[in-house]
Amino acid sequence: MTLVNTNFEPRLAHRRRIGWFFAFACASMVVLAVFVLGVLLISVADQGWRWLSLDFLDNFPSRLNPEKAGVKSALFGTLWLIGLTAAVSVPIGMAAAIYLHEYAAKGKLTRFIELNIANLAGVPSIVYGILGLAVFIRLCGLGRSVLAGALTLSLLILPVIIIASREALAAVPDSIRLAAFGLGATRWQTVRSHVLPAAIPGMMTGVILALSRALGEAAPLIMIGALTFITFVPEGPLDTFTAMPIQIYNWIDEPDLIFQELAGAGILVLLGMLLPMNAVAVGIRAWHQRRKAWS
Amino acid sequence: MVIVPETISGRQEAQSPSRMTPPALRLRKPSQPAVTSDSVIRAEGVTIRYADFAAVRDVTIEIPDRQVTAIIGPSGCGKSTFLRAINRMNDFIPSMSISGLLTYRGQDIYGPKSDAVDLRRRIGMVFQKPNPFPKTIFKNVAWGASINGYRGDIHELVERALRRAAIWDEVKDKLNQSAFALSGGQQQRLCIARAIALEPDVLLMDEPCSALDPIATARIEDLIDQLKTHYTVVLVTHNMQQAARVSDLTAFMYMGELIEFDATDKIFTTPSEQRTQDYITGRFG
Repeated sequence: MTLVNTNFEPRLAHRRRIGWFFAFACASMVVLAVFVLGVLLISVADQGWRWLSLDFLDNFPSRLNPEKAGVKSALFGTLWLIGLTAAVSVPIGMAAAIYLHEYAAKGKLTRFIELNIANLAGVPSIVYGILGLAVFIRLCGLGRSVLAGALTLSLLILPVIIIASREALAAVPDSIRLAAFGLGATRWQTVRSHVLPAAIPGMMTGVILALSRALGEAAPLIMIGALTFITFVPEGPLDTFTAMPIQIYNWIDEPDLIFQELAGAGILVLLGMLLPMNAVAVGIRAWHQRRKAWS
Repeated sequence: MVIVPETISGRQEAQSPSRMTPPALRLRKPSQPAVTSDSVIRAEGVTIRYADFAAVRDVTIEIPDRQVTAIIGPSGCGKSTFLRAINRMNDFIPSMSISGLLTYRGQDIYGPKSDAVDLRRRIGMVFQKPNPFPKTIFKNVAWGASINGYRGDIHELVERALRRAAIWDEVKDKLNQSAFALSGGQQQRLCIARAIALEPDVLLMDEPCSALDPIATARIEDLIDQLKTHYTVVLVTHNMQQAARVSDLTAFMYMGELIEFDATDKIFTTPSEQRTQDYITGRFG
């Protein structure tokens, strides 16, 4: 070394060791998380795989005849539930996010509202169940219907949709908005033609993740009384229903071992619904990142 | 009488006359200082504040028709703020307030009858950083016209705008490719084409070359020189050579005030203000 400066003591080896140690610690946590998840999946699959069949999807639950039990009512209940929840929460959530980010003046009131939406996202789901019970079932008289359940789940996931959509809108650079305004565009023309097309993929990702959270929720549905033994498929939004998480919960509650296995099979079906939804969300995000050409 | 701007093609205005703000009936002053033709933009004692900070102070200026007017001055002197006030792009900054009178062909830009959306079609803008839409080259140019209810042949309009922006030959075979496939200088000329596709009266340019290399800069400067046959150009730049090369008139701003406004030749050879002299000779700024 020709250049010697005694004011520095680099201790390169020491610094690199700390770096290696930290990388190792983080990698171990990844392994641990994947391991736990793997054990969980394998134990569930081990319990339930024997019962997985098309009959399992097409049969109604049965207490007397567990060998012929299935998840048809729960499966259709969940499909109804998630469809209605999406129909209610997606337009409201996206519109609220667009208003908050594109239209509302950035004042104290807007900040206060945004802070409270963030807080609502952290409220335990059972609290939404109590609210749904009080408002939709008792006050609006909707009964223990799919609609009441969907409205309750919509309340639960609205804050998540609004926050995710708002972030997607915030990721659109202002230079695009200014370019549009500079051409004599109104605010809606700007939002419609430039901001939304750029933000929709991010919004969709948030929406799908929020919906898959609603898919797995049991607590608020138990609260509004969906915890019932039902052997028919809902025909309309005002029919009573049951849902996959509820059916799984019911089976686990039974003392007989065979019901534990049925619960495992139910979990596999639920996972089978969740995974494609999440895969679509990840796919949209990847596609969006490839397409995002501005910086 | 104040002249109502004509569209370049001589075509009827796309918007219905009832939506246009009627030009004020007032006579132009018969003589104007150092200005050869009619003034398009007139500021009288304009002060612009961001909250409590006055970015532009008591500026009085008349910007003439079909000329290139450059506004020079050190960073933070208020030149961009003043430029953006002309087509109300500062409206998006909530803390902004403006006092004094700013008129466009006799109409009060901030008056109760003024419509910022309509104004921005007539007073186009080119930004510091090229900001094409993440769409095709064709759509970048056509969009502004289509949202403003353009009823003519859109393909013809796009070609004319791209030709005027001196970029047609480079993009004519790839109109359906993304605008992001172009180089920075091409993107900026596309943004100019996008602005002139609206057949504006005035073009505001906010340091349009600051993100470009010298070759791209030279092309934009050539273009600005051609543009003044059709448009009134107001150019903000902190590049003094650029102002000297392309502008007919130069305004020097310092600390929010307009120090001097005169023919470019005079500003760069025999300025009447000491501060102008100091700035153009590089003593500060």
